[in-house]
Amino acid sequence: MSDPKKDEITGVESTGHSWDGIEELNNPLPRWWLWTLYLCIIWAIGYTIAYPAWPGITKATSGLLGYSTRGEVAEQIAVVEARNAPLINALTDIELAALPENDDLHRFAVAGGGAIFRTYCSQCHGSGAAGATGYPNLLDDDWLWGGKIDQIATTIRHGIRNDVDPDALWSQMPAFGDILEPAEINDVVQYVRAMSGQGHDAAAAEAGSEIFLEQCSACHGEDGKGNRDMGAPNLTDAIWLYGGSVETLTYTVTNSRFGVMPPWSNRLSEAEIKAVAAYVHQLGGGEE
Amino acid sequence: MNDYLKLAALGVVTLFAALAANFARDLAYQVHALLIMALGFGLFIWVLRSTDEPKPIVDQNGYMDGVIRAGVIATGFWGVVGFTVGVYIAFQLAFPVLNLEWAQPYANFGRLRPLHTSAVIFAFGGNALIMSSFYIVQRTSGVRLWGGNLAWFVFWGYQLFIVLAATGYLLGVTQSKEYAEPEWYVDIWLTIVWVAFLAVFLGTIFTRKERHIYVANWFLLSFIITIAMLHIVNNLAVPVSIWGSKSVQLFSGVQDAMTQWWYGHNAVGFFLTAGFLGMMYYFVPKQAGRPVYSYKLSIVHFWALTFLYIWAGPHHLHYTALPDWASTLGMVFSIILWMPSWGGMINGLMTLQGAWDKLRTDPIIRMMVVSLAFYGMSTFEGPMMSIRAVNSLSHYTDWTIGHVHSGALGWNGMITFGALYFLTPRLWGRAQMYSMSAINWHFWLATIGIVLYASSMWVSGIMEGLMWREVDAQGFLVNSFADTVSAKFPMYVVRALGGVLYLAGGLIMVWNMWMTIRGGEKVTARVGIPAE
Repeated sequence: MSDPKKDEITGVESTGHSWDGIEELNNPLPRWWLWTLYLCIIWAIGYTIAYPAWPGITKATSGLLGYSTRGEVAEQIAVVEARNAPLINALTDIELAALPENDDLHRFAVAGGGAIFRTYCSQCHGSGAAGATGYPNLLDDDWLWGGKIDQIATTIRHGIRNDVDPDALWSQMPAFGDILEPAEINDVVQYVRAMSGQGHDAAAAEAGSEIFLEQCSACHGEDGKGNRDMGAPNLTDAIWLYGGSVETLTYTVTNSRFGVMPPWSNRLSEAEIKAVAAYVHQLGGGEE
Repeated sequence: MNDYLKLAALGVVTLFAALAANFARDLAYQVHALLIMALGFGLFIWVLRSTDEPKPIVDQNGYMDGVIRAGVIATGFWGVVGFTVGVYIAFQLAFPVLNLEWAQPYANFGRLRPLHTSAVIFAFGGNALIMSSFYIVQRTSGVRLWGGNLAWFVFWGYQLFIVLAATGYLLGVTQSKEYAEPEWYVDIWLTIVWVAFLAVFLGTIFTRKERHIYVANWFLLSFIITIAMLHIVNNLAVPVSIWGSKSVQLFSGVQDAMTQWWYGHNAVGFFLTAGFLGMMYYFVPKQAGRPVYSYKLSIVHFWALTFLYIWAGPHHLHYTALPDWASTLGMVFSIILWMPSWGGMINGLMTLQGAWDKLRTDPIIRMMVVSLAFYGMSTFEGPMMSIRAVNSLSHYTDWTIGHVHSGALGWNGMITFGALYFLTPRLWGRAQMYSMSAINWHFWLATIGIVLYASSMWVSGIMEGLMWREVDAQGFLVNSFADTVSAKFPMYVVRALGGVLYLAGGLIMVWNMWMTIRGGEKVTARVGIPAE
């Protein structure tokens, strides 16, 4: 190292090194920097004594506080469960039909059911329960499988058209593309359009009414108002699961539809199923 | 003789690539094999035509600056590419319809996102690091780069790595490890290139004319060595077939996660921190014309940073299958890391002692100062977010994205822009950049862009974290996940606009570099004379 020399501006000695014109001053470590570093180290040693930290041969130190992340969450869950236990037990035992009259329990069920709905159901039915194409809107009173609270609970418990639960609600519309000629399908579509008060070809609709009586009325009813025992939708209103345009109706009649809902009895407890049912029931369309 | 060996090697490579293209089991592998076949064949013809011809004489006395000029251009180019993809995916998050139906599956968010991260970190950042390593190590060692054309191999080999990685993502190839997405054969190629990089750097250090090794070179060397180690260990995998891109990871489960975040965190630590500190330690004192503030601080914070960073990875895995003890250790090491990280900021900022007036007149030094400020901010934010209780709120939210970008756009981006503005006139023998006011524009666009980005992601991330954990008096969750997504929409738009500003600044810089390079006469730089 060459002789130390002073930097003209700051008056600090330099180390005497120079690389491509870059020199280095011999300033000491800033005190606040050094002390903050020491404090961090002291804190770290203390923290690793208090909490699980140092690995050994067979297990790690568990810390003086006996803390664990799993223990922490289990504790928090236990607190809430203990607090809600009487309500949950009451909910498990109550007859569903009586639930809406039981004010306190009903409020609890609706609050809890809403949380469950937002976690498990909103992916298809929307977080506001307004549904989407192919996924029913749960805010209205146009029910496919029934809008009484115990009917809603049955649908949630067993689901629709799934292979998992033998008690799943099940019905299957034929694909009429194999049964009817395209012209006949168009006639039926025009008739359905007429039934629901939409623009249509009157002559075709006239012809379609015959076909409807033969092919469709067994499930959808002669008046087209549907049948909840078979999940057959009402065709006379303005509510469509897949859409009411000529194009969509033609697709539906030709190929049929096969909407599936999973059974929730294997994921949710009895009380939770009742809670979701109560939540959906009070959204607007629940029936007595 | 040398040429005949080269011809034989290129012939073998071309033949093997042709076989690979023929037997390929997936599209990406086939495209890559065809690309390598074309490259091998082209090089074969090129070598063949120059075999036994007189070789052009290269002046071995000057610094080897051609490869650095290429690196400067590559850095600017990949920067703009990476920023553009970033802006696009930011808009995709705000407006999902931009996952264009006709461009599926290539241009969906899932494939463009790793393209963006790799383009900015490895293509933009990597080229910046390689070219400034080559520049700094020559200047501070007083010798020409060791290894002759090996430096050119590193440059072109690295570009090939980038192209293979990027096209692989678009064609759907990934090993699903963040920042280590490329598959096995791309990893092997990068290992070869990286070892060559290490050889050039170490060879130059070994043949240096200065007695001491400058602090920038400590950081750059630690960056090169550690990245080699991280890259190899995290990418240990067995290919399913030599003719396909799929491979099976050596580690599984939580061991794999831990290895990945040991890698991932130290990619931040050694690529984006140590490497860029090496750049900072050269370009800041040069641009300020002042000595480095404290030699002692540089030694202490270098060793502290190098020792501590490597243990901090587990803080990416709080509240997971990772045992609590490992997560605690990751957290306390991250906290201790706070001051060693700040050592670089102090040394950089205090180097301006006696030159603070330049902030008013020199937009380049202003860029470097803002860069150090963002460095300091994100190296405080990082340890804070590693605290378990903070992490339980911040993890998986946009806060993390904001944190990364205040570091990446602020620290890495700004110091690189400063370095490019420093290097471009010197490498092409110009008095200064073509337009100083364009640098000013770039400075303000980038700074406002970063502020919009970081603040919108703080708001969005903290809001999202609070919404996820919000429960009512009876312990029931209040929000659905979709509620939190729709609540973030305005912040997503602000973030994307911040990205637009940052990209606009980048475009102005590239234009300014282009105009600087185009005009005037060239001057060759000579090797400096050691001071001692």
